[in-house]
Amino acid sequence: MTNSWTDIKNTDLVLIMGGNAAEAHPCGFKWVTEAKANRGAKLIVVDPRYTRSASVADYYAPIRQGTDIAFLLGVIAYLIKNDKIQWEYTRNYTSAPLIVKEGFGYKDGLFTGYDESKRDYDRASWDYEFDEQGFAKVDPTLQHPRCVWNLLKEHVAQYTPETVSRICGTPKEAFLKIAEMIGETSAPDKVMTSMYALGWTQHSKGSQNIRCMAMLQLLLGNMGMMGGGMNALRGHSNIQGLTDLGLMSNLLPGYLTLATDREPDLETYMKTRGFKPMRPGQTSFWQNYKKFFVSFQKSMWGAAATAENQWGYDFLPKLDLPSYDVLRAFELMHQGKMNGYFCQGFNPLMSFPNKNKIRAALGKLKFLVVMDPLQTETARFWENHGEFNPSDPSKVQTEVFELPTTLFAEDEGSLTNSSRWLQWHWPGQDKRFEIRSDVWVVAQIFRRLKALYEKEGGAYPDAMKALTWEYANPDEPSPEELAREINGKVLEDVPDPADPSKKLLEKGKQVPAFAMLRDDGTTSSGNWIYCGCFTDAGNMMARRDNRDPSGLGVYQNWSFSWPANRRVLYNRASADLQGKPWDAKRSPIAWDGSKWSGPDIPDIAPTAKPDQVMPFIMTNEGVGRLFVRNMMKDGPFPVHYEPFESPVANVIAPKVRGNPAARVFKGDMEQFGDAKEFPYAAVTYRLTEHFHYWTKHNQVNAVMQPEFFVEISEELAREKGIQKGGWVRVDSARGFVKAKAVVTKRIKPMTCDGKTVHVVGIPIHWGFIGATKKGFGANSLTPFVGDANIETPEFKAFLVDIRADTGPATS
Amino acid sequence: MSPSNDTIERHAVSRYTTGARLNHWVTAISLILLALSGMALFTPSLFFLTGLFGGGTLTREIHPWIGVVLFFSFAGLFVRFVRLNLWNADDTRWMRNLGAVMRADEENVAEVGKYNAGQKLVFWGMSLLILVLITSGLAIWDEYFFAYTTIDQKRFAVLAHALAAVGAITIWIVHVYAAIWVRGTVRAMTRGTVTAGWAYRHHRKWLRQKAAEPAQRAPGA
Amino acid sequence: MADIALELARQSATAGGITGALAPKDDFQVSKLIDTSKCIGCKACQVACLEWNDLREQVGVNTGVYDNPHDLTENTWTLIRFTEWDNTATGRLEWLIRKDGCMHCADPGCLKACPSPGAIVQYTNGIVDFNHSACIGCGYCIKGCPFNIPRISKTTEKAYKCTLCVDRVAVGQGPACAKACPTQAISFGTKAQMKQLAEKRVADLKSRGFDQAGLYDPPGVGGTHVMYVLHHNDRPQLYASLPDNPRISPVVELWKGAVKYAGIALMGVAALTGVLHHTVMGANRVTARDEEEGEKIQEGRK
Repeated sequence: MTNSWTDIKNTDLVLIMGGNAAEAHPCGFKWVTEAKANRGAKLIVVDPRYTRSASVADYYAPIRQGTDIAFLLGVIAYLIKNDKIQWEYTRNYTSAPLIVKEGFGYKDGLFTGYDESKRDYDRASWDYEFDEQGFAKVDPTLQHPRCVWNLLKEHVAQYTPETVSRICGTPKEAFLKIAEMIGETSAPDKVMTSMYALGWTQHSKGSQNIRCMAMLQLLLGNMGMMGGGMNALRGHSNIQGLTDLGLMSNLLPGYLTLATDREPDLETYMKTRGFKPMRPGQTSFWQNYKKFFVSFQKSMWGAAATAENQWGYDFLPKLDLPSYDVLRAFELMHQGKMNGYFCQGFNPLMSFPNKNKIRAALGKLKFLVVMDPLQTETARFWENHGEFNPSDPSKVQTEVFELPTTLFAEDEGSLTNSSRWLQWHWPGQDKRFEIRSDVWVVAQIFRRLKALYEKEGGAYPDAMKALTWEYANPDEPSPEELAREINGKVLEDVPDPADPSKKLLEKGKQVPAFAMLRDDGTTSSGNWIYCGCFTDAGNMMARRDNRDPSGLGVYQNWSFSWPANRRVLYNRASADLQGKPWDAKRSPIAWDGSKWSGPDIPDIAPTAKPDQVMPFIMTNEGVGRLFVRNMMKDGPFPVHYEPFESPVANVIAPKVRGNPAARVFKGDMEQFGDAKEFPYAAVTYRLTEHFHYWTKHNQVNAVMQPEFFVEISEELAREKGIQKGGWVRVDSARGFVKAKAVVTKRIKPMTCDGKTVHVVGIPIHWGFIGATKKGFGANSLTPFVGDANIETPEFKAFLVDIRADTGPATS
Repeated sequence: MSPSNDTIERHAVSRYTTGARLNHWVTAISLILLALSGMALFTPSLFFLTGLFGGGTLTREIHPWIGVVLFFSFAGLFVRFVRLNLWNADDTRWMRNLGAVMRADEENVAEVGKYNAGQKLVFWGMSLLILVLITSGLAIWDEYFFAYTTIDQKRFAVLAHALAAVGAITIWIVHVYAAIWVRGTVRAMTRGTVTAGWAYRHHRKWLRQKAAEPAQRAPGA
Repeated sequence: MADIALELARQSATAGGITGALAPKDDFQVSKLIDTSKCIGCKACQVACLEWNDLREQVGVNTGVYDNPHDLTENTWTLIRFTEWDNTATGRLEWLIRKDGCMHCADPGCLKACPSPGAIVQYTNGIVDFNHSACIGCGYCIKGCPFNIPRISKTTEKAYKCTLCVDRVAVGQGPACAKACPTQAISFGTKAQMKQLAEKRVADLKSRGFDQAGLYDPPGVGGTHVMYVLHHNDRPQLYASLPDNPRISPVVELWKGAVKYAGIALMGVAALTGVLHHTVMGANRVTARDEEEGEKIQEGRK
């Protein structure tokens, strides 16, 4: 979230699209009901199904899954056509006036530089025109034909209300009504918040879905505003923490990136991470990259990371591929190239697409280690459960180790929620039996591996041997020690440049804020964005002061919000060029003539003059990007691409199947079904009653939703002779499931490009172990393809067939 | 039954067989228990009667089972006596002279067979009400039959049950009172016989029929 | 639960209420307000109810709807009921979601119907509660209830329903369901406070085009201590058959009123008539002449 859960109460309009907050985030959804009850805010829900969120919405419109970009670009076209733009904001705080270099172009669904054989772009032409000093050229009048504004205008022009309706299946009047409601928030003192979740991410163009909305919010002047912003509703209590800490194959903590094997030394590595400002006088905050990187290296290797050895640069692994994401990992496993797998708090057999492929892949491993508080299907992938898990144990050679670990309620530590709040928690009960904490397990593995390296040497023992491990109990570092290490500490005294007799930083102290981090090896920090969470003043994450003097849901002394305890990101943008708030009643910060102040921490240097330094300091431009240059694989502007499995051809580019830049492994392309064989548009989702595959172990949750079902319209049920509550069989090109049929008015057939499209809704949550009735798992059906940029699997749009059935053979 | 048996008591006239008496007393005891337990659940002021059955819960559990016993037991009585309780012209005349009957002046009322019209009314009244009671009783016997009726039907059933029970108990009071008032009646159900004088006074036609019976049967006896 | 130090206003099957009966106190009346327009049907209330009251429900099956379990049971004292309704006036679908459970009527039909003294009680704060030590499991409460709430357990043979968390309320806490509700669709306070809150909610709903929005506090049962804010207060039936004008069934009123008194009277009169008759008339004895005449007929037989 750019804002926070509590901030949603400040909004005028909530747009839930690409998510189902009431269903999947009921506790956070309370802030929507607060906004509605106390501010008269309106709620719009756009979803293929009339959801629990829709049940309390002021306006609901259906949309075919996987067509959000067409809808949103249509809204942008509407805003431009009807002059519903926050002009002062757009001119000054976005990249609208920047001029794109000649040679960039877009035609028939493709940008310049596409290579079909590689399914990739040469992105060289996707850039600005720079002057001699290296600054991007601008046209403040927005007249230049190649300024971002005019390119955008041209790009979105084809998404007329008629075309949107043709693609999305949303009735034209409904689309116009929503566009009008959204357009009202272009007034400087009106805001809309965007609440989205996996309904936008789990697509082969997931990143562009979100980016498209971000562009819309920029044009409306809603970024940085209280009650505005882009608010990703995270799907796990700590999934925000997972990404923050860089638990991805290509990331380091704090969104630093892992080096590739084309970057043999630190200098080369830093070349592409210099983030030179593209406009004169602007702050490009990522210029501090090296400080964060060196501090991270010092936290990892301590004294062994020196200026001479490039701060231990060689200790880091180097990527030979863009990423080893989960899809690639299972692809490699499937090919027999990955032989061991550590599965920590994860149930891939139920969570990753194409269950049959996942099961086959796990069966090719030499060993599988499962660390989990609960029994998981993954740990039992080899067990035969009839149709639910048709496995032949005699054919599986994989050795499975199950290590029971503590549940969150038995643990101490912090969880980072969607609001970016690091909230410390204490155990609710002692751990039982032989359960160990994850930290203990990992510490044991590390210490034993290290001992082996020390004894036997090996190919490159240095990184392992040099790793710092300064904990009171090396067998099990305490959560507090780890938190202090993540925050970072001062390794050497740093004199005050103004008065060398004084110390700016004193050796041994905790680093108070990331602004103090240095690239000379005098500071360490495990994750720069978390710097400040555990200072010498104590554990900031454990703060529980629920006073809110401003009444704006800031809660400045409740836990710690990264970065720097800031509650609304880009909050500088909530004020105009004079530093005067667009809306004085909802102002996080304002310019008082000499500095920024207000209830929130300014997201800019406190003394940066409002008419000189623009608000978006995390970009090189200093402004919000409407044109993202070469930073995304699939285009500087979003384009409507159909899902890889779609009931209709792409109206705007009939020859393009799926996202042209999305990676598809050999063999998976052949496993995409077509609309002839699989005519219905399927979507997967969560239900309020369950949390993923955990709560099916809980008797009470099992009572609330006992049995796997799929949802279809009354029309489709009639057509296929399916009874409400009867059994159905759903087939995709990859597998099948059998489920009970929920026949509902809440799903209605849509008309897309003249064709009737039926939606089949498939909730996740059921597996072959637990307190519920046995179920198949929606991933038996889903395609093995992910987002072009970050490889999130396309769980939200694929094709199936459905027919009445007599139920599972072994139930 | 041989005629010589009648000479055990010189004046006795046989009125009920042992089977009939047993049947009657099972019915009677059931009815009393049902009245007591039913009244206990009917009105809070008599709830203390549940103490006789081991408390409220047991009262609630036992009551319907006794009802089943009563139903079948009464069905026995019904089969035994239904023919004798068919209405005839004498009964209508008897009813017209009800005042005289109540004044114990039966001389001028037409001669009565085994049952007088009042007894027949008790018989038919009980038959009808027991039918209502068993039907409505099943409808509110939630332990086994909850699913078979709607709540509205149950409400009507519970009302019908109460009304029928009030009726049945009232008839029972009349029945018992009549047995007490008309002296010499109770022995019909204890010993099975009445005196010839009792029969002469209250059921003369029946007495004459009885007297005629052996003669009719003698040739074939 | 009825043993908690709360003051009783009424109890079942007790003539004239209870000794020193206290009238329900207006300033102390509690109420739960369920705002159907804020309810998202998440069932947290159902879970909280099971957990707080330590109840264990069975894992059922799916029957083609979201409602689970499918009805109230002796363990499910509150249940989210879903209704899909095509609003023909607006042409839009509405998903009406209502938390079902005991309404805690000011004039409770269950209490009226109950034959067991003290098995059902009403506290001065308005809460209607079942006292399981006195419950005999007869099911009369089911017949008395205008909302179809109480359920008899097959195991314990006692009646169960929502207690409005009387144990929590007694120590100054709100009900578990209200505590668990993420959207504050369930509020708890004095009845006056809840009516005020409802007014605000109704005004908000009216501003959003729900002209018939209103507070459901049905007068037929003297008002309730669980009230609903409904978008369509003119049609409560839409919400999974919430009664439009609930009242204790006239049949039950008759049964527990006139029939009770008239029945006792009739039986008493019958018995008394007998006594009087006997006193006036004396016994109807067989005379010596009867015996003689009877003998004669008997003799004639031989």
